[in-house]
Amino acid sequence: MNNVSVICEIEEGKIADVSLELMTKGRSLANDLKCKLEAVVLGHNLDGIEKELFPFGADMVYVGDDERLDPYTTLPFTSIIVELFRETKPQIALLGATTLGRDLGPRISSALQSGLTADCTALEIGDHYVKKEDKTYKDLLYQIRPAFGGNIVATIINPDHRPQMATVREGVMKKEEYDKSYKGTLRKLDVDKYLKPEDLVVKVIERHMEKSKVNIKNSSIIISGGYGMGSKENFDLLYQLADTIGAEVGASRAAVDAGYAEHERQIGQTGVTVRPKLYIACGISGQIQHVAGMEDSSMIIAVNNDPNAPINKIADYVIAGDVLEVIPKMIRFYKQNTK
Amino acid sequence: MGLNIIVLAKQVPDTRNVGKDAMKADGTVNRAALSAIFNPEDLNALEQALSLKSRYKDSEVTILTMGPGRAADIIREGFYRGADKGYLLTDRAFAGSDTLATSYAISRAIMKMKKVDLIIAGRQAIDGDTAQVGPQVAEKLGLPQVTYAEEVLSAEKNKIVVKRRLERGVETVEAPLPAVITVNSSAPACRPRNAKLVMKFKHAKTITERQNQSEDYIDLTADRPYLNIEEWSVNDIDADTEWLGLSGSPTKVKKIENVVFQAKEAKLLSATDKEMDELMKELIANHTIG
Ligand SMILES: Cc1cc2nc3c(=O)[nH]c(=O)nc-3n(C[C@H](O)[C@H](O)[C@H](O)COP(=O)(O)OP(=O)(O)OC[C@H]3O[C@@H](n4cnc5c(N)ncnc54)[C@H](O)[C@@H]3O)c2cc1C
Ligand SMILES: Nc1ncnc2c1ncn2[C@@H]1O[C@H](COP(=O)(O)O)[C@@H](O)[C@H]1O
Repeated sequence: MNNVSVICEIEEGKIADVSLELMTKGRSLANDLKCKLEAVVLGHNLDGIEKELFPFGADMVYVGDDERLDPYTTLPFTSIIVELFRETKPQIALLGATTLGRDLGPRISSALQSGLTADCTALEIGDHYVKKEDKTYKDLLYQIRPAFGGNIVATIINPDHRPQMATVREGVMKKEEYDKSYKGTLRKLDVDKYLKPEDLVVKVIERHMEKSKVNIKNSSIIISGGYGMGSKENFDLLYQLADTIGAEVGASRAAVDAGYAEHERQIGQTGVTVRPKLYIACGISGQIQHVAGMEDSSMIIAVNNDPNAPINKIADYVIAGDVLEVIPKMIRFYKQNTK
Repeated sequence: MGLNIIVLAKQVPDTRNVGKDAMKADGTVNRAALSAIFNPEDLNALEQALSLKSRYKDSEVTILTMGPGRAADIIREGFYRGADKGYLLTDRAFAGSDTLATSYAISRAIMKMKKVDLIIAGRQAIDGDTAQVGPQVAEKLGLPQVTYAEEVLSAEKNKIVVKRRLERGVETVEAPLPAVITVNSSAPACRPRNAKLVMKFKHAKTITERQNQSEDYIDLTADRPYLNIEEWSVNDIDADTEWLGLSGSPTKVKKIENVVFQAKEAKLLSATDKEMDELMKELIANHTIG
C-alpha cells in the first residue's frame, strides 16, 4: 500500500530503457519515502520479464500476460491499471513520456481523478506548507518541468490526490541497477478479471514499426556539427566520436543545407529541440535559431576557432581550436582514460 | 450519413515567439506581451474535421473552446476556414483549471450537445505541452480514443479508420463511433481562410461581445442566427464547481522559476593534449560521459 509504482513499457520483448530509468528513479524515491517499489508490466509472452526488473530494486512486479494486450491499445491497459491502482493505492505512479505513456497516463489520471504532470525533468520528495490552513503536507512528489515553451521551470505538486502521477522522457533519468541479487515478488494478474468486452473495441489493423534510426531527441549526449565542419567527410569524425562515447549526431541548419547531414538531425527552431546532459557544438556559430533548440542542455561544450562566436556565451567549456584537431583528440583521450 | 464533429480548440499565447519582455521581473509570464494564437495542432485537428465534412454530406463542424471572452477569436477563425458552429465556454469558475478540470468542463459541455459522432482535439497545446486534455475528455465521456492521429482515412458505418504517427512507426487502427481523436502536427496543415466565409462571419459575436458594442451597433443575429457564437457558463453545462478551477485541479504550482540565460562563466581551454586529456578525465569522472 502507498508504494511507488512504475508502469513499464515493453520494447522488442524487453523492458524499455525509459522504464528502467524510471525504476532507478523510483527506487531512490521509495528509499526516501521508506516504502516499496512496484512495477506493472502488461503485454504478451512476458515469461521471466520480472528478472529484468528485480535488479533495479523492484519489490513487487505485477505482470498481466495476455494476447489481447499486444499490441498496446488504450482501453484494456487503462482498465487493468485503474483497477489495480484502486486495489494497491500507490502514492506515486511514473510512466515514460512516450507515445504509449502519453496515451495511457491521462486516461488513468482522469479515471482516478488524480493529477498528472507531463515531461518532468526532475522528481524530488519535499514538504509543502499551506499558510491559509497552517498545514504542512509531508513527503510530496515535487514534479519539476519546463513550461511555457521552455521559458520557465515549474514545480508542480498534488497535495490531496493519489497517486501523484508523472511522465518522464527517455534519457532524462539515469539508468542504474540497484542490486544484482535483489529479491522481489512476482504477482501474475488474472487479466480476465479486469477486462470488459467493451475494452476491446479498438483494433489495430496494421502496424509498421521502424527501428529507431536517428534518435537525437532522446539521446543524453549530442555531438552537433555546423558549417564549420567544412565537408560531409569531416562529419564522419563526429560519428566516430559519437560511437566512442555513446552519443547521437546533430547538426545546424547550415550544415544540413550544405548536405553534411540529414534533415532529421537538424537542431533548432525549425528542427528538433533537445536538452541532453551534454551538448558538444562543433563548428557552430550559435545563432539564436540554433540556440533555441539546445540551450536547455545541462552542459555545453563549444569547439570553435573563433573566440567571439556567440555559442561561447552559453557554453560551459569553450575549446578554442580547429574541429579537425580537437575531435580526434577527444576520441583518443576518451579511449585512453576508459581502458 | 452526416457526421457531427466537435473540434476542441484552444487559444494559446505564442510561446514559440517569446521576446525579451515575455517574462516579468518577478519571474512570471507576461501574457500581455505574447500574442494569442490558435493552438497550432488544433488547426491540424480542424483540417481533419473539415476534410471529413467535405467527404461526408450533411456533416457539421462545431468548434468548442474554453477560455476568456477573447477566445471567441478562435471560433471566428474556425468559421473563416469552414466551421459551422461555435461554443465558447467561459466563466470565472473555470479560471485556474488544470488539464483534469478543463477536461471535466469540456466533457460536461459535450454531454449537453445533441448527437456527437466524433471529437477531434489537437495532440497538445503549446502553452502547457501536456497532451492530456484529449484522452482525459475521452475517459470522462467513456469513449475510445485514438491519439497521434495523422489522417482519418474513413468514417463509415459508425466506424473510423485512422492512421497514427508514433515515435517509431505508423499504425492504422479502427475504432467505433463516437470516439475522441487527437491530431499531430505531422497531419496536413489547415486550409487557409476563405474570403467569402470571412465576409459572411466577420460579425459573428458572443452575447457578451454584442452587449459591449456601442449604441449604434445593429444586432444582426435575429435574421442571421449563424452570427451568434453560443456562450456557455458553468450553469449551462450543469457542472459541479467543486470539480472546476483550482478546487477541481489536483495539480498545484508550488514554484515557478524564470529560466535565465545569462552568459555563463565558461571555462576556456586550448586544444593541447594536456588540456584535452584533463577535460575527458573530468567528463568521465563526473559521469557526464561513459
Ligand atoms: C526562420 C529561420 C529558422 C532557422 N532555423 C534554424 C534551425 O532550426 N537550426 C539551425 O541550426 N539554424 C537555423 N537557422 C539558421 C541560423 O540562423 C544560422 O544560419 C545557422 O544556425 C548557422 O549554422 P552554423 O553555425 O553551422 O554556420 P555558421 O554560422 O556559418 O558558423 C560556422 C562556425 O564554425 C566556425 N568554424 C569554421 N571553421 C572551423 C574550424 N575548422 N574549426 C572550428 N570552428 C570552425 C566558425 O567560426 C563559425 O562560428 C534558421 C534561420 C532562420 C531565418
Ligand atoms: N481550454 C481549452 N479549450 C478547448 N480545447 C482545449 C482546451 N485545452 C485543451 N484543449 C484541447 O486539448 C488538446 C490538448 O491540450 P493540452 O492537454 O493542454 O496539451 C488541445 O490541443 C486542444 O485540442
